[in-house]
Amino acid sequence: MSIKEAEAQLSSAGTTTDAALKSATLLQIEGLCIEGQSEERWHRIVKGIGLTLRRGEVLGLIGESGAGKSTIGLAAMGYARPGCRITAGRVVFNGRDLLQLGESDLRRLWGSKIAYVAQSAAASFNPAHRLIDQCVEAVVGHQLTAEDNAKRNAVDLFRRLRLPAPDQFGLRYPHQVSGGQLQRAMTAMAMACRPDLIIFDEPTTALDVTTQIEVLAAIKDIVRQFDTAAIYISHDLAVVAQMADRVMVLRYGELVEEAPTRVMLSNPQMPYTKSLWAVRSLRKEEEAGEKILLDVSGVDASYGTFKVLHDVNVKLPRGRTVAVVGESGSGKSTLARVITGLLPPSSGSIRFDGKKLPARLKERDKDLLRRIQMIYQMPDTALNPRRRIRDILGRPLKHHLGLTGAARQRRLLELMRMIELDERFLDRLPSELSGGQKQRICIARALAINPELIICDEVTSALDQLVAEEILKLLLRLQKELNVSYLYITHDLATVKAIADEIVVMHQGRVVESGPKSQVLTPPHHAYTELLLSSVPEMDPDWLDAILAKRQGAELGASPSG
Amino acid sequence: MNPILKTVLQRLGLGLVTLFLVSIVIFSAVTMLPGDFATAILGQSATPETVAAFQRQIGLDRPPVLRYLFWIGGVLQGNFGESFSSAGGLGGGHARTVVSLIAPRLKNTLFLASFAALVAVPLSLILGMLAALYRNSIFDRLVNLVTLTSISVPEFFIAYILMLFLAVRLPLFYSLASVSPETPFLERVARCALPALTLVLVIVAHMMRMTRAAIINLLASPYIETARLKGVSPGRIIFRHALPNAWAPIATVIALNLAYLIVGVVVVEVVFVYPGIGQLMVDSVSARDIPVVQACALVFAVTYIGFNLAADIVSIVTNPRLLRPR
Repeated sequence: MSIKEAEAQLSSAGTTTDAALKSATLLQIEGLCIEGQSEERWHRIVKGIGLTLRRGEVLGLIGESGAGKSTIGLAAMGYARPGCRITAGRVVFNGRDLLQLGESDLRRLWGSKIAYVAQSAAASFNPAHRLIDQCVEAVVGHQLTAEDNAKRNAVDLFRRLRLPAPDQFGLRYPHQVSGGQLQRAMTAMAMACRPDLIIFDEPTTALDVTTQIEVLAAIKDIVRQFDTAAIYISHDLAVVAQMADRVMVLRYGELVEEAPTRVMLSNPQMPYTKSLWAVRSLRKEEEAGEKILLDVSGVDASYGTFKVLHDVNVKLPRGRTVAVVGESGSGKSTLARVITGLLPPSSGSIRFDGKKLPARLKERDKDLLRRIQMIYQMPDTALNPRRRIRDILGRPLKHHLGLTGAARQRRLLELMRMIELDERFLDRLPSELSGGQKQRICIARALAINPELIICDEVTSALDQLVAEEILKLLLRLQKELNVSYLYITHDLATVKAIADEIVVMHQGRVVESGPKSQVLTPPHHAYTELLLSSVPEMDPDWLDAILAKRQGAELGASPSG
Repeated sequence: MNPILKTVLQRLGLGLVTLFLVSIVIFSAVTMLPGDFATAILGQSATPETVAAFQRQIGLDRPPVLRYLFWIGGVLQGNFGESFSSAGGLGGGHARTVVSLIAPRLKNTLFLASFAALVAVPLSLILGMLAALYRNSIFDRLVNLVTLTSISVPEFFIAYILMLFLAVRLPLFYSLASVSPETPFLERVARCALPALTLVLVIVAHMMRMTRAAIINLLASPYIETARLKGVSPGRIIFRHALPNAWAPIATVIALNLAYLIVGVVVVEVVFVYPGIGQLMVDSVSARDIPVVQACALVFAVTYIGFNLAADIVSIVTNPRLLRPR
């Protein structure tokens, strides 16, 4: 639809010219096909996508990894990453087909008319330059205004995005500010030229929930203030629900469903969309434990002179799951290092199965090492890429149980059955497995030698929701069958609800609240638990506004003047 | 204390320790050289008594440990001892100090090295950046081909080819680089042009290819994509976004090549009859003039350690994480 047609349509409906301009089409994508190269061959990764975006509208793109969301987002700028190529389609922005434009014409649009906010702001800022210099580079480079003017504008944006000390903020280097602040700085950088369109590519995925809510609020606010159109890409439906007017669900590079946000949430049509909604329904019935397997009491630990854990107490009953929850830097993973003996505590004691656990790894005997196992966050890096699955699983069997030959083969097959993978996988390399399959192998490796305690460090946070749910189900089933105990470290409260019997909430190296799941999750909460719980986005488009209004009200109520 | 200053001082201390160990290695190696100076200078026909007397005169009869301590003690006070060969056999006469022998030669070498470096370093950085900018283009391939060819051909061959074409066929340059301390600066530059050009051709390839590789390596970083999507021009991306983060590997290669310019140019010196320190060392080795050999080796060691230290410091101060802690 051309601008003229849109105007004609609107004027016939009797709206003002302002509204007409607003609902004019800004971006129209038709029949977009993109191929990606892997192993010398081109594969189709986007298969004929079309979308329309009006001025000032926010469109959400949802899907799991591999759905082609980011590729489409970049193609909306007329850009394909190295190793990708746009093979067909039109990307019409403001009446011009970006796919027909040359490199230098595109450069004139990039930054000034269309801007991009990447997932990892930490990697997307140049470490060698000050933030403000990077924020004004596009404005000055496109000769839209003079440098001092641009800098004043950047400071103004920092202020609007509620960054601390906006006048000095830009003088810092990327490594000197936190992840949430960097993500807001990136939004300021994108906003610097007042573009017509911003592509947000998972801007809050790498952040803690408590930080995410601030960044979401800041982005939503500033997009609204400048009436900028945006494409908001995320795998998290609840996040998109807060930001987008309209949602497109993608899978395998194809459109599954498209609808206005509220319609999509209340009445999803396609089975795949419904399954995305269903993920959050997994919930374990809480069971009280009897015999305590692991008893961490009064543990302090520090890196050098920096104290990371303060008087941490955790009790884990046999055959149960204790979830350790907290944002990054809360000391969750340090606790795991202390229990595994990688970091000896400076005071306090750990008892395992009634006996005192030696502080150092070196002092623990082989059997003790066997009884405590660990599963890591990134299955990609936890498996040796040059070893076949048979060797990866077989080595602990030989080392700890002395199994060889036919006995080992029997155990290998048994393990593969446990983790629901075909035995053919035994002869594959890790690179030939998907993320979920790799994590299953990691679980099998931990289970291989019959441990009593498995420490799971964010084992599902690198996986897509559907895959993550499968892994959680597997862990629960194995616990029932083998009576193994889990210390489950996570920042994701949905996962906690799904898997835990008891919860330990950590904040800045201290346990702020602990107890059975039902007790911790029912009010009244400790203030930090409350903050954590209330920061988890909900599937309600009004959730963000409501929670911000509530918090603001609480602040006003708490201040003496209010 | 400033963490950078602390690191730099640590490296400096480490460099001094290395230098001390190297001095032991140098001394041992020179002591183990076959043949000795006394026989070399007095000839095969000398009687054992004459040889012994001569050895006593220049101190060769003392045990090695004592000789080492005596030598290193002198070095610490800036006294590298006296040259054996200038002692003029048994006749005595006024012996020349090692310093007075080495100083003019070292000056010549440093002059030639600086001359070559001033051309080669900027040239290879610019070529490297251009090659990265126009990677896989004809220009990139051509630069790679030419520099690779020049590094693959022995340096004496390049030297003679240059001499043939640029001094003999086309008499543009001096074919021999004979200079004396009195030679005026401009004439010195003119006389050194061919050896400097030879050295440039030898070292450009290495530095240019590392610059290109370091920059291309960084071009895959997310912040480069961010810069592109801000509409930053390709040239500015290379110069402003990639180069500042590529200094560490580039500096290491530059340091190695600059050290080579001082330490490894003996072949070029011989071809152009240039009175540099490399030739002095080779002459002294064949004459068994131990104090001069040791002093030259020590100068070379200082050069290597110094340049590597400089490269380390460059990689520290170009890393904003180290330069500006949180």
